[in-house]
Amino acid sequence: MKNTIIRKNAYYDSVTLMSLSSKILDMEGVEEAVISMATDMNKQLLQNVGLATDDSNNAGSNDLIIAIQASNENSYEEALALVDELLSPKSKKKEKGKFQNPKTIDKAVEYMEDANLAVISVPGQYAAREAKKALEKNLHVMLFSDNVSLEDEKMLKEIGKEKGLLVMGPDCGTACINNVGLCFANEVRKGRIGIVGASGTGLQEVMVQIHRLGGGISQAIGTGGRDLSKEIGGIMMMEGLRALDKDENTEVIVLISKPPEISVEEKILEEIKTVKKPVVVCFIDGKEDDRQNSKAYFVYGLYDAARKAVELTGEYESALHEKEKSSPVDVKELKKLLKPEQKYFRGLFCGGTLCSEALSVLRDSFESVRSNVAKNKSEKIGNINDYSGNVLLDLGEDEFTFGKPHPMIEPTLRVERIIRESKDENVGVILMDFELGYGSHDDPVGVTTDSIKKAKEIARKAGRNLIFVAYICGTELDKQVYEKQKEMLEEEGVIVAKSNLEAANIVKEILS
Amino acid sequence: MNNINSLFSKKLKVLNLGTKNFKDDLEIQGQDVLQLDWSPAAGGDIKLLNIIDRLSSQKDIAVANREAVDRMISSHPILVDIDQAKNAIPGMDENTILHSGPPIEWNRMAGPMKGAIIGALLYEGMAKDEKEAEEIAKSRKIKFAPCNEHNAVGPMAGIISPSMPVHVIYNKTYGNYGYCTINEGLGKVLRYGAFDKEVINRLKWIEEEFAPTVKKALKTIDGGIDIKSIISQAVHMGDECHNRNKASTSLFFREIAVHIMDTDVDMDVKRRVLEFIKGNEHYFLNLSMPACKVATDAAHGIKHSTVVTTMARNGVDFGIRISGLGKDEWFTGPANMIKGLMFPGFKEEDANPDIGDSAITETMGIGGFAMGGSPAIVQFVGGTVEDAIGYSEKMHEITVSENPNYSIPTLDFRGSAVGIDIIKVIEKGILPIINTGMAHKVAGIGQVGAGLVNPPMECFEKALKRFNDEYLEGQDE
Repeated sequence: MKNTIIRKNAYYDSVTLMSLSSKILDMEGVEEAVISMATDMNKQLLQNVGLATDDSNNAGSNDLIIAIQASNENSYEEALALVDELLSPKSKKKEKGKFQNPKTIDKAVEYMEDANLAVISVPGQYAAREAKKALEKNLHVMLFSDNVSLEDEKMLKEIGKEKGLLVMGPDCGTACINNVGLCFANEVRKGRIGIVGASGTGLQEVMVQIHRLGGGISQAIGTGGRDLSKEIGGIMMMEGLRALDKDENTEVIVLISKPPEISVEEKILEEIKTVKKPVVVCFIDGKEDDRQNSKAYFVYGLYDAARKAVELTGEYESALHEKEKSSPVDVKELKKLLKPEQKYFRGLFCGGTLCSEALSVLRDSFESVRSNVAKNKSEKIGNINDYSGNVLLDLGEDEFTFGKPHPMIEPTLRVERIIRESKDENVGVILMDFELGYGSHDDPVGVTTDSIKKAKEIARKAGRNLIFVAYICGTELDKQVYEKQKEMLEEEGVIVAKSNLEAANIVKEILS
Repeated sequence: MNNINSLFSKKLKVLNLGTKNFKDDLEIQGQDVLQLDWSPAAGGDIKLLNIIDRLSSQKDIAVANREAVDRMISSHPILVDIDQAKNAIPGMDENTILHSGPPIEWNRMAGPMKGAIIGALLYEGMAKDEKEAEEIAKSRKIKFAPCNEHNAVGPMAGIISPSMPVHVIYNKTYGNYGYCTINEGLGKVLRYGAFDKEVINRLKWIEEEFAPTVKKALKTIDGGIDIKSIISQAVHMGDECHNRNKASTSLFFREIAVHIMDTDVDMDVKRRVLEFIKGNEHYFLNLSMPACKVATDAAHGIKHSTVVTTMARNGVDFGIRISGLGKDEWFTGPANMIKGLMFPGFKEEDANPDIGDSAITETMGIGGFAMGGSPAIVQFVGGTVEDAIGYSEKMHEITVSENPNYSIPTLDFRGSAVGIDIIKVIEKGILPIINTGMAHKVAGIGQVGAGLVNPPMECFEKALKRFNDEYLEGQDE
């Protein structure tokens, strides 16, 4: 099999062509190969090896000759394919020069060919576009950005579903994939509990409590807060649920969300019936009505979700009893410290879901608790700068963060509020959370202790005491060093609880 | 197993767009992360972004752009003749003067262009002195038109008057022609706006002695001189054929010399003609430019194509034209100042804004686009070889294809980036890089430096909006 092809006006330099010819000659089954420009000398060469044709004789010096003689057609075709591959400009691509970070996803996947995940935290109005590009490149997406429209979210999640790709977000703060924490995430033990969560700090708290109770995490998938809305219909929660059901490292599945839209809830519960593994469903601050589902275990708090999941893995029961013993707080002594008019608590939260959980714990024991995270009108706080009574504030809400970083990144946002509350003679307890882990501030307690000192001083000068109760959402594996953060709080006389739930319960006991 | 589950069994390989904190924390966890140097596409202009997103899904555009670039790449420019502009250039008459860049009227013209027009009127004998020349230029007796609208190109002021000899380039593949004057050399020359006696005398000599001799020489060459082949070779010899033309001029000299010798003119004349080519290392610029011009002209008028077929400056405005839009439809913005090195004795404020049709070379993927293969030019324009390679690499992000005819040795013979796509320019916010000379803003002083410059983004934005109106307006979103 021999053949000579002429490509008109296809100039290549001789060095390229010579090295190409030698590569082709080295191929098995190739007996002769001349790949060269049709100069007179090369045409002569072609004559000598018996590959000249009328076409090649008439070719000009800007025409490319591809002449190959092979032992069979297969070898010929293979050789020709290699010629094309080596001549194609793309194959010559080799990055030289100073390394510049790529500006676009298209370019980035050229640099990192095996990229499989895009973490996107660009401004919201551009985020959907980038997420779509990432999905087009078959990348899973963690979409931290907020201010993405519902239509875009739906579009992205539908593409994700179609292609079998995760679309975590928009407004997804936390995930843990293959035990790698993404954005805001705590370092926790590897284990057999898989989570899908529509709430950032909720997911963090469940992971931390699972870890504290001796369990571990296989995967924690975030969906963003709107996934279970009617419009989105829980697309990612369903996808996550299915993936965890198939995942051989996952034994128990936990779903975390605020109570979803009813039609979405029905859909999710229906899906759970097909799941082979036990599923813990945590509808934070949800109503405990009689949900009928043979598969699911319903809980309504983050701690309960963690405990149920660890129980279900079955391995850690003995440890549980030990670890669940409450922290030794002498409530009677604490009560004595407060004056009769110090009836109220103020919660200053950085984690939104932790604030919601506190609300669900505290509302039953007090006449009135108001919050900016409350769903129901009577609990909703009117003015965040003018209030009295029992108040829980999520300082991560837009009204506080406009133009500023989120308080998990920059907890100094809270300092001013601590001082403010200390001046209110009716306040007895200040409740706070501190988030550790990736994404969060390097020393959240360190930047707060001065204001605690100052607040206590203000109260003391006014002739009263002020009680601080805190929860540190973190593990001993976190980069901020849990023990040190805890010690710093305790040095200031702050009561440090083991869970967000426990912190709220301590407040309840002191003031009720 | 779907992709989510397969992700669970892989090591994460993460692209991070946005806050670097997330990248740092992933690295603490020992993960592979690539941080993007992200900025909003289309400069954050949501309206443009929407247009881009709509256009990006149009298959017609990809096909048309492929076609336009194939035509550019397969064009084959040959030098076939030298002739006077009035004989060679279509639409040229005794009262027409062509200039560089997009259309401009006399009172808005830059200093060097005004000077060159005065020079041209003196040279043509239409005015006896500078004052009269200005009067004539101001009057509506003279028609000014862009070279580019007459299949021609001109460096710097780019002035072509009726009697000036022009190189005639024939595109063997598509049968179209292109034209460019003879490069006069450096220093006091018409293209920088000089018009004293020495300048006029040189132009006269070119017309009366140089051009006829070269014309005779070209007559003896069967099929003309292959300019495409010279550019291909010169790019391997360190030229980028815009700001550096040493190798290409030498190659051209090699091609033409014997044929000049074969003419029947006086030995003294032959000597002067060869001496002139030898003495001007930018001689070839006025061949590479029309060679690029015939290729980009051949790519103009492809419906649905967003490929740029002209980039040209008149010292005031920068203008581009788009294959899929009108033949003489320009999209302009103010010409930028060039950043680079000044010749001794000159300051940055002496320089005129970007001027000349020579950006046709970049339009064709050489010049600044091929700078990575032209290390010698790097010092001249200020910068490092690495920078130059970086520029050449980067241009691939805004072009449709690579030109294997013009491959760059330092990039392992990767073809130069060719076919600037306005969609990509806007989306990525990357502007074409132009490697160019700086003219003194005062007529007649000459070149004051060299450096790098970009077109204004405005040209591309206007073109994109117009393209959208032309092709998508009225269609369902």
